Amino acid sequence: MKDDLVIGGRPLTSRLFLGSGKFPSNRFIPKVLEASGAQVVTVAMRRVDTDFAEENVLQLIPKECLLMPNTSGARTAQEAVRIARLGRAAGCGDWVKIEVISDNKYLLPDNYETIKATEILAAEGFVVLPYMSPDLMAARELARAGAAAVMPLGAPIGSNRGLKTKELIRILIEEISLPVIVDAGIGRPSEAAEAMEMGAAAVLVNTAIASARDPVAMARAFGLAVAAGRAAYLAGTGATQQYASASSPLTGFLREE
Amino acid sequence: MSFFEKYRQYQDFAFADYFRSLGDGDIQRIIQKDRLSELDYLALLSPAAEAHLEEMARRAHGLTVRHFGRSILLYTPIYLANHCVNRCVYCGFAVHNAIPRTRLTLEEVAAEAQLIAATGLKHVLILTGESRKHSPVSYIKDCVGVLKKYFSSIGIEIYPLEEEEYRELVDAGVDGLTLYQEVYHPAVYDRLHPAGPKKNYAFRLDAPERACRAGVRTVNVGALLGLHDWRSEAFFTGLHASYLQNKYGHLEVSISPPRMRPHGGDFEPVEKVRDKNLVQYILAYRLFMPRGGISLSTRESAFLRDHLLPLGITKMSAGSCTAVGGRCQPEAASQFAISDERDVPAMVDMLYRQGYQPVFKDWQTL
Repeated sequence: MKDDLVIGGRPLTSRLFLGSGKFPSNRFIPKVLEASGAQVVTVAMRRVDTDFAEENVLQLIPKECLLMPNTSGARTAQEAVRIARLGRAAGCGDWVKIEVISDNKYLLPDNYETIKATEILAAEGFVVLPYMSPDLMAARELARAGAAAVMPLGAPIGSNRGLKTKELIRILIEEISLPVIVDAGIGRPSEAAEAMEMGAAAVLVNTAIASARDPVAMARAFGLAVAAGRAAYLAGTGATQQYASASSPLTGFLREE
Repeated sequence: MSFFEKYRQYQDFAFADYFRSLGDGDIQRIIQKDRLSELDYLALLSPAAEAHLEEMARRAHGLTVRHFGRSILLYTPIYLANHCVNRCVYCGFAVHNAIPRTRLTLEEVAAEAQLIAATGLKHVLILTGESRKHSPVSYIKDCVGVLKKYFSSIGIEIYPLEEEEYRELVDAGVDGLTLYQEVYHPAVYDRLHPAGPKKNYAFRLDAPERACRAGVRTVNVGALLGLHDWRSEAFFTGLHASYLQNKYGHLEVSISPPRMRPHGGDFEPVEKVRDKNLVQYILAYRLFMPRGGISLSTRESAFLRDHLLPLGITKMSAGSCTAVGGRCQPEAASQFAISDERDVPAMVDMLYRQGYQPVFKDWQTL
């Protein structure tokens, strides 16, 4: 069965998105993409340095992969919009991951400014994937503003704490018709699988892979975990039960009349 | 509220008694904590914590890799002028030192910029002495106008300004401020700055905050180690960074732990800050501020910088020169002697060898 994730008209066979920061060299990125099977990689525009041949990420990403610039460093909607436009002007395509962060202590996204930036950029024809705190009302606003997906955080960026916001993400998956991509906080392949079993459309991973002892092997593990989680979701996991079935059920007295 | 009120909370704190009260168990417990209180940070700066540097280092390394990745931002200073009206007893540029005084013309600024840009660096830090007559804000603004053509990020390390003046420079393209308080202890500060505008402790202390209000993206604070007891000075530096981070959420805050270096004067450090002390400071700060930057300059030797790198450093200067126009005229007078003389390619090689990505660009003026 074909199970592509389609975003902005583009079909994707892999549901693992990668972040490109934090590697010992950007030359790791093609290897990590290959090992994981990921097709989408996000790159901070602030770091794109086309003059530094060895680390020029625009040259290092394989042509068949999709580069998604992000607006890391933006403190307001206005800054995010300017960074997104710079990215497009630099030949980075139409996709953009909006990051608006005015809190550098926890790196939590500013949903309000993110909605404003999404509205402007979607109107300009960008395929907008906003990074957000998992809040239902904000997600609805993002959908209304023209987002192509929403990217709620599982836990603060770089924390490797896993799906701490699980219940809120579950609500987004149930209520929002856009793809829900869990971004940030996932520390282990098992947590990526868990997000996929819940029905997340995809997950984005960076720190857990980049900070692993062997990033390429960890990338492979994440690729497998995401595929397994998705397969489990499609198979329909059996309902879990809190207690064993009682041998004398409370409604056992009912007889057919 | 100003940071001075935070300082005053600890002004009469019995540091020695607190240090004596700490045992190994306290230090071990603090190292494992997720969030450290101010007093936890102080505990990690104590003599008792010296026995736990390896555990602190492991934790500090892990936190740094998680939050910053295996990458180091490289930048370089550009000295624009060395005219100075201050009499800071520890500085080679102080007015009483008989050195040739000079200020770069805009053409000379461009010439230095070309040499630096050719190395690939994109983040620069501009420095002047304190002389509003010789290097007024208008001059600095003109220099920024020139440098903008070559670099993606420009920081200033100049005399403290009024908020409106900071705003003028931010509008001109400055995105970062480095300003060392030098000494947080007010009485010692007063003694070491006998004359000149720098004597105004409070105006300097509040300058980073004025710059934040004016819209700078990054602020780097520091105490010059060797001027006073390093443990309390390190403590107040960390508190200053934390105070700014809490109050200005958008800020990318960092510290520098500069140690006294030989300079063109005769002042000797009052306290020898050992390598072990420097390491303890870096580790304690990293555990206290897991997302705070740490900048390490060429004041330290190549050997030490290579070994400090994995402990929590996020930024390093490279190809430094502390003389005005020193890249074009190698005989110019330096503010202080640098220790790590490696050029940019040598630093890049070293970083790759250690498994770190050299980053030349981490911001671009919007």
